[in-house]
Amino acid sequence: MFTDYYPLTNFNLKKRGVILVVSTTTYIMTKFTFTEKKDTRSGFGAGLLELGRKNPNVVGLCADLTGSLKMDAFKKEFPERFFQVGIAEANMMGLAAGMTIGGKIPFTGTFANFSTGRVYDQIRQSIAYSHKNVKICASHAGVTLGEDGATHQILEDIGMMKMLPGMTVIVPCDHNQTKAATLALGDHHGPAYLRFGRPSWPIFMAADRPFTIGKADKLIDGTDVSIFACGHMVWQAIEAEAALAEKGIRAEIINIHTIKPLDVEAVLESVQKTKCVVTCEEHQINGGLGDSIAQVLGRHFPVPLEMVAVNDSFGESGTPTQLLKKYGLSPENIVSAAERVVARKK
Amino acid sequence: MSKPDLNHLQKLATQIRRDIVRMVHACQSGHPGGSLGCTEFFVALYFHVLRRNKEFTMDGTGEDIFFLSNGHISPVWYSTLARAGYFDTKELSTFRFLNTRLQGHPATHEGLPGIRVASGSLGQGLSVAIGAAQTKKLNKDNHLVFVLMGDGEQQEGQVWEAAMYAAHNKVDNLIATIDYNGQQIDGPVKEILDLKNLKAKWEAFGWEVLEFKGNNLAETIAGLEKAKSLTGKGKPIMNLMHTEMGFGVDFMMNSHKWHGVAPNDDELKKALAQLEETVGDY
Repeated sequence: MFTDYYPLTNFNLKKRGVILVVSTTTYIMTKFTFTEKKDTRSGFGAGLLELGRKNPNVVGLCADLTGSLKMDAFKKEFPERFFQVGIAEANMMGLAAGMTIGGKIPFTGTFANFSTGRVYDQIRQSIAYSHKNVKICASHAGVTLGEDGATHQILEDIGMMKMLPGMTVIVPCDHNQTKAATLALGDHHGPAYLRFGRPSWPIFMAADRPFTIGKADKLIDGTDVSIFACGHMVWQAIEAEAALAEKGIRAEIINIHTIKPLDVEAVLESVQKTKCVVTCEEHQINGGLGDSIAQVLGRHFPVPLEMVAVNDSFGESGTPTQLLKKYGLSPENIVSAAERVVARKK
Repeated sequence: MSKPDLNHLQKLATQIRRDIVRMVHACQSGHPGGSLGCTEFFVALYFHVLRRNKEFTMDGTGEDIFFLSNGHISPVWYSTLARAGYFDTKELSTFRFLNTRLQGHPATHEGLPGIRVASGSLGQGLSVAIGAAQTKKLNKDNHLVFVLMGDGEQQEGQVWEAAMYAAHNKVDNLIATIDYNGQQIDGPVKEILDLKNLKAKWEAFGWEVLEFKGNNLAETIAGLEKAKSLTGKGKPIMNLMHTEMGFGVDFMMNSHKWHGVAPNDDELKKALAQLEETVGDY
């Protein structure tokens, strides 16, 4: 069942506390484990369906990717509140802006590339500048989209969206949190961007774990380095934490599911303790989570920083695991970044 | 529908033209040409055609609502909104000055009553209007959505995405109008990027297409009334409104030159001499 057992060491024993006996070897179970993998987009689909049942003003729009966005269930249950717009994303953003006039809460669905770069000016003028209550829901973000290749693997969307004044940017880490974030957006007023993905990914957040937009979620306490991660990279960071623990480095893992508004207080609280930082994101090194954290550090508490991100390059075809490895987004990359940054603070 | 008081409406149109010329002169920027050309349309719409509430609400529930897609003709819209009672006409003097609610292009950001979405970057207003019309249908609000676009704006691809969508989804509580003046910034539309047979294009996309003269109040009102009579029949409505850019000021007509240029002091005098003050300058 649990895939992330780690061999018993005195350090681990002290730190973790939960002991399972499996066969003749003793293992330690981390606080975050998983029994099931699921895509984050399914979390969005489940959240939207539940939201549709709770709030009659919620409407869904999709640009010919209903199956990929997991919006089928919403469409089936609320056909009068689902709008198939065809392959016309610019029109979809305008329609969504217009639908807010009269009180609807539109959730648009398409791939992250077509949700942002393709329609940036429509979002900027008709949604963000006009402060419309549109929720832009974007799947297949990052290299973990896999085989479709770089045309679809957008790695610039967080940057584009966080630059828009008044735009909320959320990047949940697993299926359960994507569902929770979708539900939270139903009660949020104003333009928002929700980024999720395609691959099957560990479900490690409890379904009932509270989710508050703009509030960072500390997953593991540590003293030696603060690791801030978002999206799929949160799981990579959790795996890295265990490996770092083996090496005697106690990492604090914080899930920054809301890139904007950033929980500056939580960032500073952690950094004042650990005095060094690693950021992890499935995004360009320019413009993403790392940039936002660097800005906070530079202004308030300068400490050594390493950024695990895609280094100014496009992606390519491959499996998600291969691509995460090739583009430097594996737990091993986080471990070495943490080692480097810990060394730098000495 | 009551009979329009054409005499009074004509006076309003002349006053709004004075406002337009004075506003763009004061800040030495803005777009007088298209504004002057659409003055009768705005007067007809706000003082006769729209079933509108006195107080502005963003949701526009229980009233007809209007969107301006070609936001650069903001002077005519601002003047009309002020003259229709949405805000004090004195505020027209703030057009394009720092801290104004009357931004160069219309915006909701400063909270100016009458504006429901920002426009200026072209091609977006029709989509927004269709969305608002679909929300009216969902809300069982039996009122109409109006939108105005430019003819040069027809070169934007998003317009045709929206055209396809509205016809496919039978958005028949929507009346769109194109300011068909044949001019754009760089020159005549025919020379820049010809629209060819615009009527046939919209018809081919599945719209009911009407045509009328836009610089004649009686014809504009009749055109819009006919459009209203055709709503609710399964098709969105498109009016091709033939206008003259710069209409009402002789030296601003028959050219694209006054699309986005402000008159100097002498030109202002010449223009105002042709436009009698009727209901009072701001």
